[in-house]
Amino acid sequence: MYSEKVMDHFEHPRNVGEIENASGVGTVGNAKCGDIMRIYLDIDENEMIRDVKFKTFGCGAAVATSSMATELVKGKSIREAMQVTNKAVMEALDGLPPVKVHCSLLAEEAIHAALWDYAEKHGIKIEGLEKPKSDIHEGEEEEEEEY
Amino acid sequence: MEKLIYLDNAATTKTAPEVLEAMLPYFTENYGNPSSVYGFASKNKNAVNRQREIIADALGAKPEEIYFTAGGSEADNWALKAAAEAYEEKGRHIITTKIEHHAILHTGEYLEKRGFQVTYLNVDEDGMVSLKELKEAIRPDTILISVMFANNEIGTLEPIKEIGEIAHERGILFHTDAVQAFGQVPINVDECCIDMLSASGHKLNGPKGIGFLYIRKGVKIRSFIHGGAQERKRRAGTENVPGIIGLGAAAARAVRTMKERTAKEEELRDYLINRVLEEIPYCRLNGHRTKRLPNNANFSFQFIEGESLLIKLDRKGICGSSGSACTSGSLDPSHVLLAIGLPHETAHGSLRLTLGEDTEREDIDYVVDSLKEIVAGLRAMSPLYEDFIKKNQKGV
Repeated sequence: MYSEKVMDHFEHPRNVGEIENASGVGTVGNAKCGDIMRIYLDIDENEMIRDVKFKTFGCGAAVATSSMATELVKGKSIREAMQVTNKAVMEALDGLPPVKVHCSLLAEEAIHAALWDYAEKHGIKIEGLEKPKSDIHEGEEEEEEEY
Repeated sequence: MEKLIYLDNAATTKTAPEVLEAMLPYFTENYGNPSSVYGFASKNKNAVNRQREIIADALGAKPEEIYFTAGGSEADNWALKAAAEAYEEKGRHIITTKIEHHAILHTGEYLEKRGFQVTYLNVDEDGMVSLKELKEAIRPDTILISVMFANNEIGTLEPIKEIGEIAHERGILFHTDAVQAFGQVPINVDECCIDMLSASGHKLNGPKGIGFLYIRKGVKIRSFIHGGAQERKRRAGTENVPGIIGLGAAAARAVRTMKERTAKEEELRDYLINRVLEEIPYCRLNGHRTKRLPNNANFSFQFIEGESLLIKLDRKGICGSSGSACTSGSLDPSHVLLAIGLPHETAHGSLRLTLGEDTEREDIDYVVDSLKEIVAGLRAMSPLYEDFIKKNQKGV
């Protein structure tokens, strides 16, 4: 059902992890729907993305699109990172099954959410960047329970 | 061949060699149409009826009460639609549960669009129907109660005998979807007051594409497929003779091996359940701890998603299934897991493992060891787990 590239990125995800004191962090998705992505960006003074890490709760495609999205923005300027669309992520993965296209949208949104966080922290405006749509903590905090 | 540990026997089973062997001549030399007059073909009618006897014996029923279908879904559709039609003058209310297979649920929705009212009973946290709620749901116009014998996802065995008694006391038809239970647990239609029962061949080491509906004598039920006189004119179409032979052979074999087979499966199932619950943190067993199918284990692992888990298991040669949305093609996880009260994110992280007669202890050990590694790996990249750990650290 998945392309070899998707399987490769699922099995060997690139850039998994966290960045302490990240320049920007974005979390998108919803546990209710079964996928959440979080992207950490380390951005230098020249507005270049020096490092990027991700964590994802979700299916194989969700993991693979997060992994590919981090690869595509690493070493890029924040303006170049804005050009990394869900389509670019999908193409880089040799396509996704139709029911998984939303995963690539989520990856694009996660990058945007992290950039938004960076822009807010630094009081700058990034052209074309809008406030991220979803936040996992909206209305469902303290829902976790332990067994 | 690479290592393959098949723990998805609730999805389908391997056709047993003796079953295949029984079927083969009916594809080749005994290909005659059972309805034909000449002896070469008409002896197939006897062969088909022998299978009817085997299945009837397994249920404590009469051979003429067994109607062959193309599988469990057809049997479920037939039972609900044809009974609704036959009894609609008495009433248009049907009672079923929230955890039925879609063959029942979607048929219920279909009937609702045609003027019937359907009550979907809740279940408790173990997936058990409440007899009290059932009694309260019964109305003067209730014509049919349909409750599954055992749930296909979480394995819970419903109180079928008690439900049957309640139905019969009130003169209401009782149907049970026994697709998962037939051949796994003893069933007697008289003891359980069952009027109709659906079952399928491929869940008991028989072939796919064949099943049956038991219809108690005296139950008015319309024909489902109109045409020839096959199946006492109630289900037309030339009999799937090789399939029927296979179903009979599988049923005979399932009855013969049931005691020994299920004792072994239960022991391994409990070993699997205990190891997982003891060795993997933040997980739970779904379904009733003891009143469950001998071969079913269903877990939820917090902070991870089921499809990822299945792919990782597949890479280790382990076949299982999940109630996550991603495996169902919708955004919602399994209706069964939601009905037992799991939050969405926990339902997404579920795993069903259903053992088979070939499953060995070393397979279980390999599966548990693999699971521990995979669950830990997926949690390490889960933002939900990260939040949970950070919250705990702050809390200390």
